[in-house]
Amino acid sequence: MQTPPQFFKPNSKSLTRIFFFVLLSISVMVADTRFNALSEVRQAIATVIFPLQKLAYFPFSLRERIEQYVSDFRLIEEIDHLRREYLSSRYDFFRLRTLISENERLRALLGAAKQTEVQTVLTEILYVPRDPFSRKVTVGKGSSNGIKAGQIVMDDLGVIGQVTRTYPWTAEVTLITDKNHLVPVQIERNSLRTVISGTGRNGELELRFLSISTDIREGDLLITSGIGGVYPPGLPVGRVTHIEYDRSHKFARIICTPVAGVDRHRQVLVLVGLPLPAPEISDDPELHAPQTKRKIQNQEL
Amino acid sequence: MIPNFMHPRQNGKFRTRSYDYEVQEFLLPVRKSLIYISLIAAVLINLMPFDKVILVLRPDFVALVLLYWNIYQPQQVGMSIAFVSGLFMDVIDISIMGQHAVAYCLITFFALLLHRRLRLFNAFQQIPAVLWILLSGQAVAFLARVLAGTYIPEWYVFLSSVIGALCWPLLSFLLGSFCKQRIDRDEV
Repeated sequence: MQTPPQFFKPNSKSLTRIFFFVLLSISVMVADTRFNALSEVRQAIATVIFPLQKLAYFPFSLRERIEQYVSDFRLIEEIDHLRREYLSSRYDFFRLRTLISENERLRALLGAAKQTEVQTVLTEILYVPRDPFSRKVTVGKGSSNGIKAGQIVMDDLGVIGQVTRTYPWTAEVTLITDKNHLVPVQIERNSLRTVISGTGRNGELELRFLSISTDIREGDLLITSGIGGVYPPGLPVGRVTHIEYDRSHKFARIICTPVAGVDRHRQVLVLVGLPLPAPEISDDPELHAPQTKRKIQNQEL
Repeated sequence: MIPNFMHPRQNGKFRTRSYDYEVQEFLLPVRKSLIYISLIAAVLINLMPFDKVILVLRPDFVALVLLYWNIYQPQQVGMSIAFVSGLFMDVIDISIMGQHAVAYCLITFFALLLHRRLRLFNAFQQIPAVLWILLSGQAVAFLARVLAGTYIPEWYVFLSSVIGALCWPLLSFLLGSFCKQRIDRDEV
């Protein structure tokens, strides 16, 4: 601080410093991307940042609370409507209950694995990265609420993504639109199994490597197949919106849109009670996503 | 301190602005706490959950604040603070560790390199220089992502730097008002 100001000499000190720091950042980047060596540092910084995140979210939660208060009046009306609806759907419910018990009996007869009930944790999206092309979000519940890496995040319509990293009070969710994210799916119409992957663009998914002769149409609903054990079966993922047959390519170009509001909702559900699949889920999303893919390819063979 | 009126780059038309320059040159070093508070405030603004359009257009306030302090208080902030706040932004943005850090270090470097020249101009005249510094910082972060894969570049990411440069006069007025208040208090 006490150094005399250098007026005309170019500042050689800052040149060496920038050199040092650029080298340091490059080594940090390499350590992070190649060796995943900095998870403790990340954890520590995330813990420090958590109060700030809550603080930044405060005006939004306040607005939500006010909106909730206003919408209470509309809710009373809606409750009436729903009560009538509920009574009329009682019949369906009873039938469903008998069907479930019957299904359980049949499953027991078949010796199939019991489907455990799924527990969910409701949380809100705390922070969307400043960079709109990063397909990851931070949600406001973490490992202290029982959230683990590998768990599925969904909204009322379908799958949103998967928890990829957890901190004590927050968790990081990779959306299904992320370029590296794969979901084993099947077409609801004909149970054709395949793998859907994100494109890195907003609201766009892609079915890669499906040959031109595949039976797939625009408007087909894709649901999770449950293969690979990471995703429970039957959750809606996307709808085929565009199919492009190009004779010069071996595969059709199939674009889907996610069913769930991947980039719209603030409240999401994390499925926590899922039975873990036999191969242990590793923390790295890039490690187990290809695994499920390979598994499915094997099954198809 | 000797105000260097005879700066080689200074030509006649800026001599009228020499009063501003003199005032800026005699700015007392601000308290470190003010710098930290402004950085935390910038992080808070960066943390606000916004929708798509604002998300694209929102400038990186941490970069702007770092740039401001490095131009006007180069002795107080250095590259280490830039590096650490870069790491924080990396965790916040869930990006590769070190990506923001290298961008902020570069911004700091340019600010340290150019701060005497930049102080000759007023905030509006500084906009082009600020724009280039921010763009170069963003370009480095961009390059790091492209090299690491998993990134679809779109040209309008760089709009946030343009908006950031346009926000510069407002920001330098805000932060400058804090410094000036402090000087007045000392004189009294």
